[in-house]
Amino acid sequence: MSVLVVAENSNTELKSSTFNTITAASNISDEIHVVVIGSDCEGVAKQTSYFEKVKKVWHIDDPRYDNPIAEVIAPIIVKLSENYSHILAPASTFGKNFMPRVSALLDFSQISDVIKIESEDTFVRPIYAGNAFATVQSKDEKKIVTIRPTSFDPAISEGGKADIEKISFENDEKLVEFIGREESKSDRPELGTARIVISGGRGLQSSENFSMINDIADKLNAAVGASRAAVDAGYVSNDYQVGQTGKVVVPDLYIAVGISGAIQHLAGMKESKIIVAINKDEEAPIFNIADYGLCADLFEALPQLSAELDKLNTIQK
Amino acid sequence: MKILVAVKRVIDYNVQIRVKADGSGVETENVKMSMNPPDENAVEEALRVKESGKANEVVIVSIGEEKSKETIRTALAMGADRGIFVKSNSNIEPICVAKALKKIVDTEKPDLVFMGKQAIDDDCNQTGQMLSALLGWSQGTFASKIELNENEISITREIDEGLEMLKLKLPSIITCDLRLNEPRYASLPNIMKAKKKPIQDLNIEDLEVDTAPRINFLKVEEPPKREKGIMVNSIEELVSKLKNEAKVI
Ligand SMILES: Cc1cc2nc3c(=O)[nH]c(=O)nc-3n(C[C@H](O)[C@H](O)[C@H](O)COP(=O)(O)OP(=O)(O)OC[C@H]3O[C@@H](n4cnc5c(N)ncnc54)[C@H](O)[C@@H]3O)c2cc1C
Ligand SMILES: Nc1ncnc2c1ncn2[C@@H]1O[C@H](COP(=O)(O)O)[C@@H](O)[C@H]1O
Repeated sequence: MSVLVVAENSNTELKSSTFNTITAASNISDEIHVVVIGSDCEGVAKQTSYFEKVKKVWHIDDPRYDNPIAEVIAPIIVKLSENYSHILAPASTFGKNFMPRVSALLDFSQISDVIKIESEDTFVRPIYAGNAFATVQSKDEKKIVTIRPTSFDPAISEGGKADIEKISFENDEKLVEFIGREESKSDRPELGTARIVISGGRGLQSSENFSMINDIADKLNAAVGASRAAVDAGYVSNDYQVGQTGKVVVPDLYIAVGISGAIQHLAGMKESKIIVAINKDEEAPIFNIADYGLCADLFEALPQLSAELDKLNTIQK
Repeated sequence: MKILVAVKRVIDYNVQIRVKADGSGVETENVKMSMNPPDENAVEEALRVKESGKANEVVIVSIGEEKSKETIRTALAMGADRGIFVKSNSNIEPICVAKALKKIVDTEKPDLVFMGKQAIDDDCNQTGQMLSALLGWSQGTFASKIELNENEISITREIDEGLEMLKLKLPSIITCDLRLNEPRYASLPNIMKAKKKPIQDLNIEDLEVDTAPRINFLKVEEPPKREKGIMVNSIEELVSKLKNEAKVI
């Protein structure tokens, strides 16, 4: 048994989701190989070789791979797949985009968004927005699996010295032209890995008011999230969305402000260690899963919270 | 130009689902069913393309039990032209759905296939990408904006980092996000009209797709329940609890 992990990277560094996926792979086999595809990504290949758990790194480097295009990546993974029993990628929008193509080209089923590995062929995955957990057994010869990063600890990138083998592939795919990306830049921690997340919902009423959330986030060194309603209303951009069709977060502390607690939102945050809800409606379903609930008007509560945090001088950064 | 839209019948998103006591699945008896939400966006977008004069036919396809025909009717009531119903008994896996859809595409020869980005029952997020790979077409997943031109389609995709813009050669598969548009409601006259629109009946066997499951559901369980916590009376109390009791700040 051997596992091929497809690394999510930005050409300059590995994304955190790859660290978690390597841990998931180590629950299946000791023979873990990682493929790094990108443009000018030699540093990433090197970084990958330092994982103690990784035995080999495939380094595929070409300007054509500057942006991950599913139609380009999938055939590469298919060609590499021959000697592997499992192919793993993070269940991020990166992995979700190309992995089903790999499955279809190889004629296997895909197991999406795995949160637990029971054995080499048996996996646990949430269905119905996390309202049920299914334990599924794959009968396919190769297992094509995407991993929910927040369900696995990050692997340690130290102590290893895996072989790096540089290879290249012919590819004349011309179906897709990359036009551009709009990435929100922020100095705050990444939503998917932050220790503290504070999210705002429709209750915030406007993007101006949303700055109250940002203010608290800065004081707590927290990432900022949002409900779909807040994104739909344009208070913040889509990459803030937490939930069934957004991101999944599992911070030590999740603070939901002006969020009612629809099941689709809970799907993205209810595994958080401590949940705080601030809502003026005492019947709001979010209170059913909150460790600490405060029934209050957020326009009064947030400034108070901000002032109270100023009083604490021992905030762990 | 012809647009094919794939719609799935799922438990309505407002229903609090219940896991069966014997662990075999979730309760579907007497539960409200609806069109998978992003599939409504797919239907809506196809209708808008048609209304803009860039397409002349919108065909709806659904694979599933007999009742999936009602979901096709819903799309016809929104304004689609005709339907194709593929009967299959069991809940077939995305790879099999994709193969069945490929057979439909081979005969219907649409220029575009619109689908939802994810079915809210299995949460697989696979079928569109698989169909695209089987056909060797371009794919535009998680689309929140599209613009159709002569031989290509420009799309904006929602990705973890923000937005990504691509230009795809036609024919293409587009999987739709909920933010793509606001789906219309069917008016009463249109619901009446839809009753007369044609729906072709097929069986999954007619399409010669192997539907044998590759994935066994060993068990379906309820996730661990969270204990209900406490209500605090003030921000001071909250901050003190977070600091001294939960020790998270
Ligand atoms: C297929 C599908 C997928 C979805 N995916 C997601 C997803 O990924 N993520 C997601 O979040 N949603 C998702 N949704 C939407 C979800 O169903 C809810 O509509 C959404 O989460 C509601 O957001 P909200 O809580 O901000 O808004 P609302 O439900 O409108 O709640 C606003 C809350 O703010 C409170 N409030 C208002 N004013 C104040 C005030 N001054 N002070 C204090 N509290 C106040 C109100 O009491 C209320 O509880 C999805 C829906 C569907 C159909
Ligand atoms: N049985 C089906 N019949 C028609 N379309 C389907 C079916 N299953 C999935 N789809 C389409 O594929 C999309 C993604 O589904 P999934 O890959 O299961 O998350 C859905 O939003 C539908 O557009």
